[in-house]
Amino acid sequence: MGTTTADVGLQRLTFTRKPDGLLTRLFDYKPFLVFLCMLPTIGLLLVFLTYPLGLGLWLSLTDATIGQPGEYIGLDNFLYLMEDPIFWMAVGNTIFYTTVATVGKFALGLWLALLLNHHIPFKAFIRAIVLLPWIVPTVLSAIAWWWIYSPQFSIISFVIVDVLHLRDTYINFLGTPWPARWSLIVANIWRGIPFVAITLLAGLQTISPSLYEAALLDGASGWQKFRRITVPLLMPILAVALTLSVLFTFSDFQLVYAITRGGPFNTTHLMATLAFQRAIPGSQLGEGAAIAVSMIPFLIAATLLCFFGVGRRKWQQGEAND
Amino acid sequence: MAMTRRDSLTLGAAALGAASIPIIGAHAAFDDVPTADVKAPEYKIEQGASLHVIRPAKFIDPDEVYWKENTKKFSDKTGVDVKVDFVSWEDLRPQLAVVANTGAGADIVVSFGGDPHIYTEKLVDMTDLADYLGAKYGGWYDLALLYGRKWETKNWIALPMGGGTGPVLYRKSWVNEAGYNEIPNDLDKFLDLCQKLHKNGHPFGMSLGHALGDANGYSEWLLWSHNAFVVDEKGKLALDSKETIAALKYATELQKTMIPGTLTWNDVGNNQAYQSGAIGMTFNGVSLYYTMLKSPDPKVNAMAADTFSQDTPFGESKRKPMTAAPISAMLFKHSKYPNAAKEYIRFMMEKDQYGLWLSNCLGYWCQPLKAYSQMKFWDSDPKLKPFKSALDSPFYEGYKGPIGAASAAVIANYTVVDMFASVVSGANTPEAAAKQAARAAERYYRRA
Repeated sequence: MGTTTADVGLQRLTFTRKPDGLLTRLFDYKPFLVFLCMLPTIGLLLVFLTYPLGLGLWLSLTDATIGQPGEYIGLDNFLYLMEDPIFWMAVGNTIFYTTVATVGKFALGLWLALLLNHHIPFKAFIRAIVLLPWIVPTVLSAIAWWWIYSPQFSIISFVIVDVLHLRDTYINFLGTPWPARWSLIVANIWRGIPFVAITLLAGLQTISPSLYEAALLDGASGWQKFRRITVPLLMPILAVALTLSVLFTFSDFQLVYAITRGGPFNTTHLMATLAFQRAIPGSQLGEGAAIAVSMIPFLIAATLLCFFGVGRRKWQQGEAND
Repeated sequence: MAMTRRDSLTLGAAALGAASIPIIGAHAAFDDVPTADVKAPEYKIEQGASLHVIRPAKFIDPDEVYWKENTKKFSDKTGVDVKVDFVSWEDLRPQLAVVANTGAGADIVVSFGGDPHIYTEKLVDMTDLADYLGAKYGGWYDLALLYGRKWETKNWIALPMGGGTGPVLYRKSWVNEAGYNEIPNDLDKFLDLCQKLHKNGHPFGMSLGHALGDANGYSEWLLWSHNAFVVDEKGKLALDSKETIAALKYATELQKTMIPGTLTWNDVGNNQAYQSGAIGMTFNGVSLYYTMLKSPDPKVNAMAADTFSQDTPFGESKRKPMTAAPISAMLFKHSKYPNAAKEYIRFMMEKDQYGLWLSNCLGYWCQPLKAYSQMKFWDSDPKLKPFKSALDSPFYEGYKGPIGAASAAVIANYTVVDMFASVVSGANTPEAAAKQAARAAERYYRRA
């Protein structure tokens, strides 16, 4: 069998090569080939990313409501939002929520990752458990938190009041603006820790133990090892995790909508929940779209800040890491 | 209409005298519903017709059980396959929006309040069916006329099927303990009652959180019992008024008597608190009473026995300042089988089906057709009285203005609820809150 193939191959080689046709030359032309191979991707991006985004932008410039297509009204929606105290409160809430929750998630997530990086019994099992808050559908965990924060049936209040007798009245977690905001942040941190911890753990495991051994020989303290070896080598993955985490937190919707629905009196609305509230239940599609569009500059700024501020490394510019 | 209300009442009295049927859980013909002899419109069912229906999810089991049973009866009789989706309340409006905007999907959507008024252009006219049912069943209640017909016309855009209302539900023994025999209609006395209930540890509780049904119902009561309203007859903003300020101040006083945490309650908040004995009085639909009545726990049954009901305090209003949230069936123009769909709605509204559904739900969705108020189950339990006439009210969402997208948006965005919430929590002054809310509401009305 082998010989037959070889023979055919030899025969073919003896043919004189005809000049290439137009089509062949076209397909041999590299820029064209690159373009052709990218077409499916471009199509997907156009249909599933550009079109919705463009539609959102267009809607934000109209007075569309659910049921009516609406007319072009220029920047009217945005001008109205500029004067809308609820919108500005939502912007403030979103920034505060994102900042505090992200700091919390990274502090606790890094700590957890460092703990998990040690050799402990049932390592695989514990690592799996840690992922639970991340795996459970957000709406389910949100309902659990909603019970935890219930003014009448809270487990925390029950323990403090009925078991430990530290207080006389149940805690009103969500009834006033600031406690409500903090409660939501705690729930968000709880949900976000596993993502950070597992991502950073993966990063920690790529750090070669020989570096720590060398440091040990040099007499470095624990803090020095952490500061001089762990942190710099963790930076690239930290930057990616931070960017993703900030994006998730900034556009968080489910936790807030399921626990407070933006209440009490709109003081816990994030931009995403306010956009949904105005657009769908409130049926003001144009205004909702305008709020959603207003998130874009913030998101871009946050992404750039995380990516270049925290983890400016050569590999991000396409060069090899050192 | 060929039939006057008086005629049907006479008929009703005759029917009442003639029949005696078992009350709840009956599958017999519903002879206690007086009907006039009106010829049913003939809808020629299309060949191979099938229907897709979306309606709100149940709060009590029989709502779904008997709806399905009636639907099956229809399918057996006509051969039309009907698929019914029971959709949670929050998801219903987004789904309705998708059906309406894409012109595909469900043939019939049963949805809340002013929804038909947002999609008027996309709906099949129901005037023939509504006129027939009205003539046969003693006419429609005010709220059914308001919500079912296009504003200021006689054209029916949807068919009202029922409506839930939220009167006062209270623990009789605790209200007696506070020195009252019933719920006072006078606002000062009502406040006094609440203060005493609070002192005795059985406070009043009502949501001012983002609870679509409860919080809006409670704020509407606060407005209307003080003679305040969001807009006037022409849809011009009237919220920033001295009556509203008075309502806001009153609400602040009431809030001090309430159990903590009501600003965070969603629609089940008061149900849970009432059933756990944490509050002694609230405003709610019959579902709360029903659940306690049918509970397997005798302790809860005893609470149901101690639970009484009454219209919300009148205050300065001449009629009961409470509305009902009607559900209406909308038939979309994109339906391929409009005749089958109309025949289905007609079938569901006829007494053999509607009577079964209504009575087994203890009037959870109160009837929009007057004849059904004659059904015996209504008088079998005095606690059902405020529900019996749920749709007999001049008040509606966006009272006194037109029903439409603007009134729906004010409700859906909690504009009035948040006005009250920000004042009772001390975050805002009554004057500033009323101005802000009026400004927010005006935006919706300006566009409508």
